[in-house]
Amino acid sequence: MPLLAVKELEAWYGESHVLHGVTFDVPSGEVVTLLGRNGAGKSTTLKAIIGIMRRRKGSIRFSGKETIGLSARAIARSGIAFCPEDRGIYSSLNVEENLRLPPVVQDGGLSVDEIFDMFPNLRERLKSPGTKLSGGEQQMLAIGRILRTGAKFLLLDEPTEGLAPVIVQQIGRTIKELKARGFTIVLVEQNFHFASTVADRHYVMEHGRVVDMVPNADLAASAAKLSRYLGV
Amino acid sequence: MFDLLGIPPQVLFSQLLLGLINGAFYAMLSLGLAVIFGLLNIVNFAHGALYMMGAFGAWMLLNYLGIGYWWALLLSPLMVGLFGVLIERLLLRWLYDLDHLYGMILTFGLALVITGLFRNFYGATGMPYTLPPLLTGGHNLGFMFLPNSRAFVIASSLIVCLSTWFVIERTRLGSYLRAATENPALTEAFGINVSLLVTMTYGFGVALAGFAGVLAAPIYSVNPTMGSDLIIVVFAVVVIGGMGSILGSIITGFSLGIVEGLTKVFWPEASATVIFVIMAIVLMAKPAGLFGRSS
Ligand SMILES: Nc1ncnc2c1ncn2[C@@H]1O[C@H](COP(=O)(O)OP(=O)(O)OP(=O)(O)O)[C@@H](O)[C@H]1O
Ligand SMILES: [Mg+2]
Repeated sequence: MPLLAVKELEAWYGESHVLHGVTFDVPSGEVVTLLGRNGAGKSTTLKAIIGIMRRRKGSIRFSGKETIGLSARAIARSGIAFCPEDRGIYSSLNVEENLRLPPVVQDGGLSVDEIFDMFPNLRERLKSPGTKLSGGEQQMLAIGRILRTGAKFLLLDEPTEGLAPVIVQQIGRTIKELKARGFTIVLVEQNFHFASTVADRHYVMEHGRVVDMVPNADLAASAAKLSRYLGV
Repeated sequence: MFDLLGIPPQVLFSQLLLGLINGAFYAMLSLGLAVIFGLLNIVNFAHGALYMMGAFGAWMLLNYLGIGYWWALLLSPLMVGLFGVLIERLLLRWLYDLDHLYGMILTFGLALVITGLFRNFYGATGMPYTLPPLLTGGHNLGFMFLPNSRAFVIASSLIVCLSTWFVIERTRLGSYLRAATENPALTEAFGINVSLLVTMTYGFGVALAGFAGVLAAPIYSVNPTMGSDLIIVVFAVVVIGGMGSILGSIITGFSLGIVEGLTKVFWPEASATVIFVIMAIVLMAKPAGLFGRSS
């Protein structure tokens, strides 16, 4: 049984219907990417899984339990953590408060010291307002703060967007380390090369649907197909 | 003895004191409004009526149940806070997805209903509330006489305002509140109960108004319109300080009370309008208010 099973997921922003039956599985312990052009519905899919999209339909089973009717709070409490595309760092909270904000939902989360070992930059900036950090540091903070909660299932929306290559590498190492620790991760990525270095499989989205799945091992063979999908 | 522009120091200091007292009320009331506005995005027009209910609560506790001032300081705000919780759960809750205007109209209507009901039962004339013995008398500070009752109001307001500031800016609960104010959807997605925070915040904000009402009972008379008279000035204070700023509303509240007091000494005719003149100037120079962040 996959850890997360999404079936025929639909979602709306007000009257605007943007997901039209998204179906895919995330096996436990894997890093899975959602690829696709701008506006394909990748972020919306993550927001529907965590429950921020209030108008949604279909089925989302997490650990075998249906979550489609639950509130975002209940879904978070069941062990899913979300890192949004805009990073969601709070300007009225300093770095330390941002880091400690998400409540611990189950045992086994990383300690604050372990998070600092992963992202040493954060340690020196504890008292600065969250949004005074550089883009890379904000991304580290956004990832770091959800590692404390004990959630072992992470939704990361474009964590490498707009960041310098060294920081992208650091985030890549982090994702591999988390996978080694048993985390399961859904990663939305535009950076296809980056995705290929960390993921086990890739789902391709188009117009609010998942239209294809490519195991990372078959990536080279599917390169032509993928570049057609992604328009790269 | 010194004289300032021909004004005897006793007059100056007693007006300063009156100003500080008014400022103490402005601060408590605008603080509650700011906290509520920050999280709920609702301008709580019922604030003045709830302040009046706080004062009446103290009066009823004393006259119907024989419960005195000190217990009333605790019980009356608690009752007003619970009433606020009901308002939020039963009425305001339904309006969050609509335009802010609806919240304003609803709370404005509530204020009219509450004030009307109290006027119906208790008439429009004020009822006295006697000072508790501990607060009668006062101290001669040399340059002026400081009545205990007044000193108590100023000290209580300072303590309550600064504690509120501390909880919001320096505690974990406060960080939840600030996070929910800034990005409620994401905060909820971390597993934080934003809807409970909203209810508690409204309850707390109006309990502050109730507390101010109890403090006002022995100083001013208790009457159904005491809130509507005061709240207009408080809204001006909130606009000057900047909607939603915690420290801003405390500082602005006290400062404007003092400014108003000083105006009474130097230019008595202007004292009733000085706050509104300041509001107009601030709105022209800094539309988001002195402490407000423009968005
Ligand atoms: N808040 C919103 N209100 C209305 N429509 C929205 C909103 N956010 C996104 N959309 C629309 O929903 C569709 C899917 O958007 P989504 O953000 O999920 O795309 P995406 O695949 O994450 O794209 P990108 O790569 O640009 O981040 C798009 O057509 C977009 O215009
Ligand atoms: Mg996106």
